[in-house]
Amino acid sequence: MTHIGSYDERLKHFDWSIAEKELDYQDGQIINIGWYCTDRICEMGKAGKTALFWEGFGGKEKHYTFNDIRLASNTIGQFLRDLGIREEDRVCLFMDRIPELYLSFLGVLKIGAIVQPLFSAFGDESLWVRLENAQTKTIITQRKHVSKVRKILDKMPFLEHIILVDHQSSKPLQDREVAFDLDTADPVEHLEVAPTKAESPSVLHYTSGTTGQPKGVKHVHYSLISQYITARWILDLQEDDIYWCTADPGWVTGTSYGIIGAWSNGVTQCVLDTGFSADAWYRFIDKYKITVWYSAPTAIRSLMKAGEEVVQKHDLSSLRHLASVGEPLNAEAVLWSEKVFGKPFLDTYWQTETGSIMISNYPGMKIKPGSMGKPFPGIEATLLDPKTFVPIRNTGKIGLIAFKPGWPAMMRTYWKNDEMFQEKIKNGWYLAGDRSTIDPDGYYWFIGRDDDVINTGGHLVSPFEVESALLEHEAVGESAVVAKPDPVNMEVVKAFITLKPGYQVTDDLELNIMNFIRKKLSPLAMPQDIEYVDSLPKTRSGKIMRRILHAKEWGEDIGDTSTLEDDE
Amino acid sequence: MEDLKDIVLQYVIEEYMEDEDDEITFDTPLISGGYVDSFSMVSLLVFLEKKFNIKIPEDRATPEAFDTVHSIVALVQEYIKE
Repeated sequence: MTHIGSYDERLKHFDWSIAEKELDYQDGQIINIGWYCTDRICEMGKAGKTALFWEGFGGKEKHYTFNDIRLASNTIGQFLRDLGIREEDRVCLFMDRIPELYLSFLGVLKIGAIVQPLFSAFGDESLWVRLENAQTKTIITQRKHVSKVRKILDKMPFLEHIILVDHQSSKPLQDREVAFDLDTADPVEHLEVAPTKAESPSVLHYTSGTTGQPKGVKHVHYSLISQYITARWILDLQEDDIYWCTADPGWVTGTSYGIIGAWSNGVTQCVLDTGFSADAWYRFIDKYKITVWYSAPTAIRSLMKAGEEVVQKHDLSSLRHLASVGEPLNAEAVLWSEKVFGKPFLDTYWQTETGSIMISNYPGMKIKPGSMGKPFPGIEATLLDPKTFVPIRNTGKIGLIAFKPGWPAMMRTYWKNDEMFQEKIKNGWYLAGDRSTIDPDGYYWFIGRDDDVINTGGHLVSPFEVESALLEHEAVGESAVVAKPDPVNMEVVKAFITLKPGYQVTDDLELNIMNFIRKKLSPLAMPQDIEYVDSLPKTRSGKIMRRILHAKEWGEDIGDTSTLEDDE
Repeated sequence: MEDLKDIVLQYVIEEYMEDEDDEITFDTPLISGGYVDSFSMVSLLVFLEKKFNIKIPEDRATPEAFDTVHSIVALVQEYIKE
């Protein structure tokens, strides 16, 4: 029996108070995500239940009960408080998927500070713009990443502490650095959890837009209501499940469903902190007898590419429910998973700003492979006319995906940029930035983004950010960055570049530019294809027309070019 | 052979090792060990193709084939011979 039962029945009787009641929460009371994921589960009699099976490179393993994660998050919280971290201070987590990342997330929330998780593969420039925007007071990181912090330290007078979780005592700590070893720290049995309320800020995730620098998406502790109930009804997390969310907590899936969703439901989860290989992933599922698996289309397509032979080497019969997020899941991948695993991956749709799943396929509901599914009960969704922002009534017509504001996990604003947040609200609807159609049965079908942002492997990359970084390369005169189709990652970054006088295309230059961006921004932002051009298409006012280059890459009609300065 | 192995190892150390305390050998798992991610693998592929003037087909540039310096060298040698 699934938790959701009948989708249609849930739709008729839904109210967010269902989740509030299950969590014993009443309006106006204290609500703290860190407490709900640890102390409350222990108080429910599950202190000895496994919360986390962790495996790292080289077969390293760790195992934590709910009481262990309660104590560890208390210990980290107290350590931060003793350092002077106070409510609403920003604490950045800049780590690989090691246990300290997950436990620090809860510890920061418990003391009422704002947790700012950042993808550990970010280069120093990407790190800098996000820390500077948030005026981050403390960063928790590892030896392998601290050099990137040290490189930009002089520009960050606001950053008071750099906490190293794996410091070697043989090496001296540098300016503002402090060591913290969770394994040897005295466990803190009692921590006074901050009395956060529904609208107290909790998590600050950064996301990329078409223009400007990355935006900090501000979430609040009340987001728990959405994350708890969607994890229960869509991922169908049940008491005996062993759950694996493959997302990195540097991104929203890795926190909403890689930490909060599972642990607020008291469910055991697994984390694999190694690089990708099909054999390693299947072995992991087999070893821990994973039952619910939440992954991404890019990973699923990579598994498809690895073939079925490797699947046969492992016993994957424990799997009972599969779901996917990050980019549209193509019908072939749904059908392939049904054939190979005996069950389909169910696509879910949401984004950093929504904080929780908005449109989805549900256990027990008829699946139309390639469709995003239907809105979650309690979510009012529609398609808007791109010009008038009025809801489109007739099915089959392409419109902008929009949601009526007010669900618990909706972002409250962009950090220090409320104006941009307000621009996302049109005619009383929140615009998601994607286009879709709805079929006569009410299923949504993804068409594409409504802007130039590149979705590569389920992660958003801002063309503006890459173009700005490219201009800092000594050989680059001008640049335009667009999405290029890719069979595995859906899209990858492609750069069109003009060279400065005196520079010529050489074998080394392409690699040099690629590595320049990889280290400065991140591997995701690295152009996987560079095309050198004599000039870039521009409007008469001098603005580079990315859409012309995008259309060429995708074999689409380039549309009206009457404003082009340099028409071909 | 030794030269080729050393060139690849040196490049990997210079470009992808973030922790100066990490020591890698010809057999260290690069992809499954988390040193080189799937996106960065593309820049490693470009390096190999430019450096050794070869073209490695897309279906051969897999995470498994790029997982150690030894396996990379074996792959590169196939195309140098052609």
